[in-house]
Amino acid sequence: MIENPYLPFPMRIEEIVVETEDENIKTFELSFVSKEDEERFAYTPGQFAEVSVFGKGEAPFGMASSPILPGRLAFSVSRIGVVTGGLHQMEKGEVVGVRGPLGNGYPLETFKGGNLVLIGGGFGFSTLRSLTNSILHESNRGTYGNLTVIYGARKPGQLLYKRDLEAWQKRGDVDLHLTVDKGENGWEGHVGFVPEITRSVAPSPENANAVVCGPPAMINFTLPALKELGFKDEQIFLSLEMRMKCGIGKCGRCNVGRKYICSDGPVFSQAELLRLKAECHL
Amino acid sequence: MSDPTKTLRKERLEKFLERLLDERQVFAPVKRGEVILIRKIDAPSQVILDYRNAKESPKSVVFPQRETLFGYRTEKGKAELDVPSDTGKGRVLFGIRPCDARGLLLLDKVFGGGCSDPYYMEKRKDTVVVSLGCVDTNQSCFCLSMGGGPFSSEGSDVLLVDLGDRYAAKALTGKGADLLEDEAFEESDEQALRRAEKARERAEASMKPVALRKDLKEHLDRIFDDPRWKDMAETCLGCGICTYLCPACHCFDICDEGAGLTGERIRVWDSCQFPLFTQQASGFNPRPTFKERFRQRIMHKFSYLPKTQGMPGCVGCGRCVTECPVNLDIREVIASFSEGNDR
Repeated sequence: MIENPYLPFPMRIEEIVVETEDENIKTFELSFVSKEDEERFAYTPGQFAEVSVFGKGEAPFGMASSPILPGRLAFSVSRIGVVTGGLHQMEKGEVVGVRGPLGNGYPLETFKGGNLVLIGGGFGFSTLRSLTNSILHESNRGTYGNLTVIYGARKPGQLLYKRDLEAWQKRGDVDLHLTVDKGENGWEGHVGFVPEITRSVAPSPENANAVVCGPPAMINFTLPALKELGFKDEQIFLSLEMRMKCGIGKCGRCNVGRKYICSDGPVFSQAELLRLKAECHL
Repeated sequence: MSDPTKTLRKERLEKFLERLLDERQVFAPVKRGEVILIRKIDAPSQVILDYRNAKESPKSVVFPQRETLFGYRTEKGKAELDVPSDTGKGRVLFGIRPCDARGLLLLDKVFGGGCSDPYYMEKRKDTVVVSLGCVDTNQSCFCLSMGGGPFSSEGSDVLLVDLGDRYAAKALTGKGADLLEDEAFEESDEQALRRAEKARERAEASMKPVALRKDLKEHLDRIFDDPRWKDMAETCLGCGICTYLCPACHCFDICDEGAGLTGERIRVWDSCQFPLFTQQASGFNPRPTFKERFRQRIMHKFSYLPKTQGMPGCVGCGRCVTECPVNLDIREVIASFSEGNDR
C-alpha cells in the first residue's frame, strides 16, 4: 500500500500561549507523540500543515515554530471558524492530528548570501516568525546578510510573539521595526500603516529579497512601496492564502491558474504571480 | 502481433457475465425508473446495453461521492485511527461509454500524479474497463471535438462494438486481453472488422463538430478579464449539477462526521460552482460571484488542465448540456471564444 497522505499523526498540546489581549489568537505548542513522526517531519519556514480537531475537521496553518528547535511544532490560531473554535477550547495534554509538512516554504537557497526584508501584518506574521528565528540561529546567521523586519498590528495588544520581539530587540543583528495603526500610552514603536513605515525605513534593494505576508489590503499597498524603493518583482515573495483541504493538489479549491496554492505554493515570487494573472487579488 | 480483436455472440453474453460475477464486482448500465444508471449488478439480466448514455458518469465506482478516509476514536491524550480496507474483489466497469472511459484517464492523472491518492489508486488498479462504442450518438455529444470519439479507446481495457448479432471486442491492454481469454470469445473475421470500422465512420460522421480555435488554452488566458464572462454566467443558478454529472470533475471536500469521541473523516464530492468552495473562515472569498465561479469551471477544464495534464477536463459527454436547468451550453461558451475577434 502506498503511503496515505490523508492520515494525520498525533501531537500533544504542551503549551498554549494567549497571544493577543482580545484572546482571539493563541499559539499551540505541540510535541510529537511518536519519534518516527518527528523524524519524518523535516520542514522549511513558510511550509504549512493541516491540523485536525477530531470531530470538527482540519484546517491549514503555517508553522510558527522554527525547524532549528526540533521536537516541537507551533501553530498560531485565530478563533474564527469551526476547527479554530474547537482548537481554542482544547487544553494542555489533549491530542490533535497533524498532516504535513505541506507546500513549498520560503526559498532559502535564493535568500542565502543576501539581505532580507521581512514585512508582516497582523496574523500573517506567523511564518515570518519561523523564518526570523531560523535566520537568527547561530548555525544560520552567517549565511544571510542584513535582516530587516517590519511588523505591524492594529494596536500594541494585537502584536504576536512578544517574547521573541523583546529578544530580537536586544540583538544587534536584526533591524526590527514595530508599528501599530493606533498608538497607546507607553507605546515606543512606530505609529502608522506598514506601507508608509516601509517607505520611511527604506531598505535597499541591493542584493536583497523581500517577503510580504499579511492581510490583502496591507499587501496591496506595500507592493507599490517596495517597487518605489527599487525592488523588482523577482525580489518580492508572498505567501498566499486560499482555502485548502487536501494539501496535495487534488481537491481543487486552491487552484489559481495552472497552480495549486497548497502544493505549488503557498510561497510565490511576485513575478510568478503576475504570470499567473489570475484571482490573486494582488 | 495478430489483431487483438475477438467477437462475442450475443447469446453468449449472459454466461460470460455470470463467470465475471463469480470473481468480480461488476458495474454496468441498469434501468432505474426512467433512467439508465451505472450500478453494481447481481445478475446479467439487469444489464441494459441498448442505451445512449447513463444519467450519471461512472466515476463514483472509483471515486465515490462519499468515502470514509478513516474512523477515529479519541480520548484525552489519545487518538486512534482506523483505515478501512478495500473489499479485495476486483471491479469491472462493463458497457460504459468511451467518453466516460476517457474521463477516468483524467482522474488517473489527477489522483495518480504527484502525491498519489491511495483510496482512488487501490480501487482503480483492480478495475477493468470494458466500454461499448457508440453506434448512435446524442445531439448533445461532442467527444470528437474534445480529442476522443464515439469509438475512442483511451481509458478502456476492452472496446466492444455492436455488430447486430454479436460484438466485436478489441483488447487494448493486458488486463483487457486477459478478460478476452474467456471461452465466450471467438476469433474475429474480416467481416467483423470491416463492419466495426463502418460503424465507427458512420457514428463520427453523424456528429456535429464544435468549431474551436487550436490555441484555446492560451487564448483563454488572454481573455481572463473579458466582460463576456459576466454575461455568460448571468443565468447560472450555481446548482453544481454540471460538475456532479461530469466524468472528469474531481473536486472534493474533507470533513468529519461524528458525535462525541468517535466518528469518521470522510471525503465528499464538492463543486467549484458553490460559493463555500473557496470562502475562507474570515468571510473573504476569492471567487465571490457567479462570474468568477463560472469562469473557473471553464478555465480549469479548457486552459489549466490541458496545460498541466495534457488533456482537457471535458470529454464531450454532453451531460452538463442536457441536464443544466437553465440550458447553459458549454459548447456555445467555448465556441463563442473561437469566433469573430477571438479567432
